[in-house]
Amino acid sequence: MTLRLTGVSREYVPGVPVLSGIDLAIEPGEFVTVVGASGSGKSTLLCLIAGLARPTTGQVLLDGQEVLGPGPDRGMAFQTASLYPWRSVARNVAFGLESMRMPRAERDERVRWLLEEVGLTAFAGSLPGRLSGGQQQRVSIARALACQPRVLLLDEPFGALDVQTKEDMQLFIRQVWQDVGTTVVMVTHDVEEAVFLGQRVLVLSSDPGRISQDIPVDLPEPRTLEVRRGPAFLALRARVEDLVRAEHRAHQAAQARKGHAGSA
Amino acid sequence: MVSTAPPQVAPRTAARRVKLLKTEVSRGTAWVLRAASILVPLVAWWALSASGVVADTFLPSPPDVWAAGLAMIESGDLPGDLLASLGRIGAGFGLAVLISVPLGFAMGTLGWAQPLLEPVIGILRYLPASAFIPLLIIWLGIGETSKIALLVLGVVFFNTLMTADVVRQVPARLLEVSAILGAGRARVASRVVFPYALPGILDAMRVNAAAAWNFVVVAELIAATSGLGYRITRAQRFLQTDRIFAILIVIGLIGLTIDITLRLVRGRVGRWSQ
Repeated sequence: MTLRLTGVSREYVPGVPVLSGIDLAIEPGEFVTVVGASGSGKSTLLCLIAGLARPTTGQVLLDGQEVLGPGPDRGMAFQTASLYPWRSVARNVAFGLESMRMPRAERDERVRWLLEEVGLTAFAGSLPGRLSGGQQQRVSIARALACQPRVLLLDEPFGALDVQTKEDMQLFIRQVWQDVGTTVVMVTHDVEEAVFLGQRVLVLSSDPGRISQDIPVDLPEPRTLEVRRGPAFLALRARVEDLVRAEHRAHQAAQARKGHAGSA
Repeated sequence: MVSTAPPQVAPRTAARRVKLLKTEVSRGTAWVLRAASILVPLVAWWALSASGVVADTFLPSPPDVWAAGLAMIESGDLPGDLLASLGRIGAGFGLAVLISVPLGFAMGTLGWAQPLLEPVIGILRYLPASAFIPLLIIWLGIGETSKIALLVLGVVFFNTLMTADVVRQVPARLLEVSAILGAGRARVASRVVFPYALPGILDAMRVNAAAAWNFVVVAELIAATSGLGYRITRAQRFLQTDRIFAILIVIGLIGLTIDITLRLVRGRVGRWSQ
């Protein structure tokens, strides 16, 4: 009953792996965050789990079943909300349920519950263009949760939001996770966010992307804003930051070497 | 240092608007300009014909044209011709849309349709439809079929390529999201790509409706026994320039009506994209 990646690698250009030797097991209900320098293949990792790309080697298994393509058992939200701009908020959330051919009454009930959960009941009939960035992102998460996915994949979902909204959204996603109980895998470049939200932080290295550290986050629950000011949080954040920084430096050095080799 | 700075100009400039390349005018000014856009040429025409510089046979006066138009309406010629032309447009343009929208949709979505269709349509669209008239008459005779075929030829290739362009602009991310939400290819096509592309498809139709309106008149100038184009050639034979002017104005007004109608439909369908 887990999400398991075994010996997964992915090459877009033959011979140049973006991800390599990924072995990973995520238990149901876990909240895992993934950080890494740019070029570490964070987003590729999510795409492989979502089934938007297939691994070059290895397997992605969900409850023992190999992932062969995208499907509603894995929900996903991106940095851009990517809503259907002509559909109302409620009908955006309903899209996946319509695909499942869920009966109308049941569907309406579920949409109503989800909109309440994300605090957008008042906007059910609005077009997404009327909503703020944070609200759009809430719709996108509600839409991803509609089909009751076993895993919710979040690809830098708050990366484009302003600081205040981002903080609200972090508390929000934690609350939703507790209410819904689904597994969450969230990619972010923001170490503070990763440590604050995750029960486990995966640090990816670059060239190629590998899981260099798998750090359990032993912070009190629920994660309130006070937790964020405590010494335990700050120490852990500093540790992860150092790891990411080291990877980033190594990546830049490698890029510089490649550049020299190319120009020679 | 501050004391040596040149005296500042009074802050009169604060109230002024910043001049960008794309400037805006107030609503009132816009309406005045719209009225002028019609009235200035009309007055110029009237003045020129009233001055007597140009003979009436070549440039009839607005009242003469009005009278000629009324006479044609009373005799029943103009309504009949109008219906004939509109019928041809409906059939020809309608058929062209029925062919080109699915074709363009396929080109924009199916990997193999693009390389298969783009080269041949790219060539065909540069062949002027009017140049096909002799061929169409040989193939299809001088009846309705050849006229409708001309309309189809004139519109179908452009509309296909424009539709394909619009369909290709659907963001890949939206397609990914839809696949993740469990939508199969048919559902993505009908529930995601089509609604996303619809406002753009209507824009393409609006541009090509103008072309269709051109071609229907051209078709009727060559070989017809009804229609606005036919009425113009008849009037030419009897040197009835006032009638020609009246028909031209009707053609312009109908074109404007088609344009406004499609614009309203586009505005309703594409409310979300504004």
